[in-house]
Amino acid sequence: MFGLHYWLERKSIGFTLAIIGVASIGGLFEIAPLFTIHQTVEEAPDMRVYTPLELAGRNIYVREGCYACHSQMIRTLRDEVERYGPYSLAVESKYDHPMLWGSKRTGPDLARVGGKYSDEWHVAHMSNPRAVVPESIMPSYARLLANDLRIDDLPRHLRTMRTVGVPYADDMIANAANDAIGQAAPDDPRSEGVTKRYGEATTVRAFDGVPGRLTEMDAMVAYLQILGRLTDAAHKTVASTDAPAGGKSP
Amino acid sequence: MIAQLTRNERQLVVVIMLVLAACGLALAGAGQGDPLGAHGFLIMLAAIGGLFWAISGYFAPMPAADRSDSYYDEPSKAGILIAMVWAAIGMFVGVWVAWLLAYPDSTLDAGWASFGRLRPVHTTSVIFGFGGNGLIATSFYVMQRTSRVRMPDQLSPLFVLFGYNLFCVLAVTGYLMGITQSKEYAEPEWYADIWLVIVWVTYLVLYLRTLARRKEPHIYVANWYYLAFIVVVAMLHVVNGLAVPVSWGSAKSYSLFSGVQDAMTQWWYGHNAVAFFLTAGFLGMMYYYLPKRAGRPLYSYRLSIVGFWGITFFYMWAGSHHLHYTALPQWVQTLGMTFSLMLLVPSWAAATNALLTLNGAWHKVRDDATLRFMMVAAVFYGLTTFEGSFLAIRAVNSLSHYTDWTVGHVHAGALGWVAMITFGSIYASVPWLWKREGMYSSRLVEVHFWLALAGTVIYVLAMWNSGIIQGLMWRTYNANGTLAYSFVDSLIAMHPYYIARAIGGLFFLLGALVGCYNIWMTIRAVPQPGSEPAGDVPVPALGGE
Repeated sequence: MFGLHYWLERKSIGFTLAIIGVASIGGLFEIAPLFTIHQTVEEAPDMRVYTPLELAGRNIYVREGCYACHSQMIRTLRDEVERYGPYSLAVESKYDHPMLWGSKRTGPDLARVGGKYSDEWHVAHMSNPRAVVPESIMPSYARLLANDLRIDDLPRHLRTMRTVGVPYADDMIANAANDAIGQAAPDDPRSEGVTKRYGEATTVRAFDGVPGRLTEMDAMVAYLQILGRLTDAAHKTVASTDAPAGGKSP
Repeated sequence: MIAQLTRNERQLVVVIMLVLAACGLALAGAGQGDPLGAHGFLIMLAAIGGLFWAISGYFAPMPAADRSDSYYDEPSKAGILIAMVWAAIGMFVGVWVAWLLAYPDSTLDAGWASFGRLRPVHTTSVIFGFGGNGLIATSFYVMQRTSRVRMPDQLSPLFVLFGYNLFCVLAVTGYLMGITQSKEYAEPEWYADIWLVIVWVTYLVLYLRTLARRKEPHIYVANWYYLAFIVVVAMLHVVNGLAVPVSWGSAKSYSLFSGVQDAMTQWWYGHNAVAFFLTAGFLGMMYYYLPKRAGRPLYSYRLSIVGFWGITFFYMWAGSHHLHYTALPQWVQTLGMTFSLMLLVPSWAAATNALLTLNGAWHKVRDDATLRFMMVAAVFYGLTTFEGSFLAIRAVNSLSHYTDWTVGHVHAGALGWVAMITFGSIYASVPWLWKREGMYSSRLVEVHFWLALAGTVIYVLAMWNSGIIQGLMWRTYNANGTLAYSFVDSLIAMHPYYIARAIGGLFFLLGALVGCYNIWMTIRAVPQPGSEPAGDVPVPALGGE
């Protein structure tokens, strides 16, 4: 073996090719099958895509680096399930390009924060975190309320998402800007298109509390409120595994 | 610097700068109203600056015809100075964000000054700015000495060095403007990623061209590691960076992968950025500078081989240990854990090889802070790789993951290993490169050493404590069978450790600043005639070449 190496270490191209070969094996065995093994991602027929407003909010979440302190991945551990809710399923981030599972909880996990607090709470909390949670160390994001949301490029964003595999329909792409306005303006006629395209259950509210003006805060709160609620799959899984074990008390 | 380029190379610089300026102009035009436009202007400005630089020296006398009788060290000198500038910036921002976690209001009221945007500025500046420039500068130095030949041309090393720094500047300024892919340690957007590919391919070609001209039959072990660093980082960068831009005029792109596949790809990248950027590259550094400074031959050739191929093979499987108990299929988690444990063998082979090389030179370790930097680096390398394998065990990871323990582990590696070996190598190279007898002040090297060591120990101890407390509080149940602590309870418990961590970081920053001063004063000192190391020249070219 060392004799072979004695020969190899005199060939610069051969040595480089050997590095490429040896270093490729791990990825080929661990990543490639994730695209082909069918059970890797569960089925969730009820899952919907992000609305344009939620997608814009997600992009602000990325822009501000929220993922550095907040995970979106509840592990299959009892204390995590009790603290945050049912553990995360792979399907729930199926439309997340990129995923935001995170690696650090300087703040709490957000995978199921949707619906946990009111819009008003979120707006107050992001405007001044310590006014709501005195011990918080989160930065203030008051400027989201002052910034108008950019919507002119939303059709292009949806189209790009479709290119990478998210099933946005043609009319979703064409109406992306109007849908963003409509979702944050319940009295506006454009709000009807949102529920028509994304389902009756889609929340249409003046998320930032200021109707008639579309701000980055609208998008951010809309995104936070949909986290964990694109599909019910996680709740169903927990229910079905709990049922047979119901007879055995701890 | 331009005076050392041949006529053809000077012309090529002008062409490259014109092309780069045109690209910058195109991005600026296409990206109007988007943060991309600002980056277009930045690229154009950099190119115009480069153009003026090239023109200013265009008519300088031609380089000496016998230049192949000496090594080409200008890029290494520039790289070391740039690395120290990045160290100061990156560590300063690191200390700043550390204070923000203890006192969240100690920042400016501006979007760019919030924790979420500054944090990648810190990581990119220290890993890619400080570490990357240190690697490029030392790799140029080492590959010429161990091949006993000058680099094949004068232009490509400069292109690699300055092109790489343009990438770093685009990355860091991008985060401040909110441009990020959100992939940890791979945040820069698509256009910066494409630029890095161009730079990196040039780097690999330069390395292979130099090796092809070498006058030594064998490729020295340091070069194996530098080669693995260059080749594998290219693989990781290309695969993890696959994304579709929203448009040619938008900085934003969407990753080609989503959800679980994206997570696995990201941590395959993330962990192997640790492996091939922060480990392989710096092992290359260690394998050259440590034996050289100690004046001892490398302890074992066979340990080097086992260590090298073990690291190259095992590391690539280990990324999934970042995803224990997540929605990633369990078989991948188990594979990641298994290989992480096996990884201890080649890691300790490398650390052992380094420490045993010091046998017979331990008195030098006592007296010479530069060599002590390298020795302590090897010790921290061994400790951190042990801790890494330990944290990769699923049961341990259930406690440590998401907590500050991970941060402590990373900094044991980044401060104790990566930064220490880099400082040691820089302190060794500066007098060699600038032809000085020694550093301006060996006492200041000593001061730096103790500041760095104290800072690292304070930092790591603080984060071990806070991480383990955090992990335990999150999973503690009270007598009623419900969770004992709210999240905020754990946050309050972190406060004293966050202060301690910031102080540890401050020590480390101060040490680096002392280093900057010492290096600056060394360069300013008048060169001693005859202090040139004997025999530090390439093997003379044979007739006809």
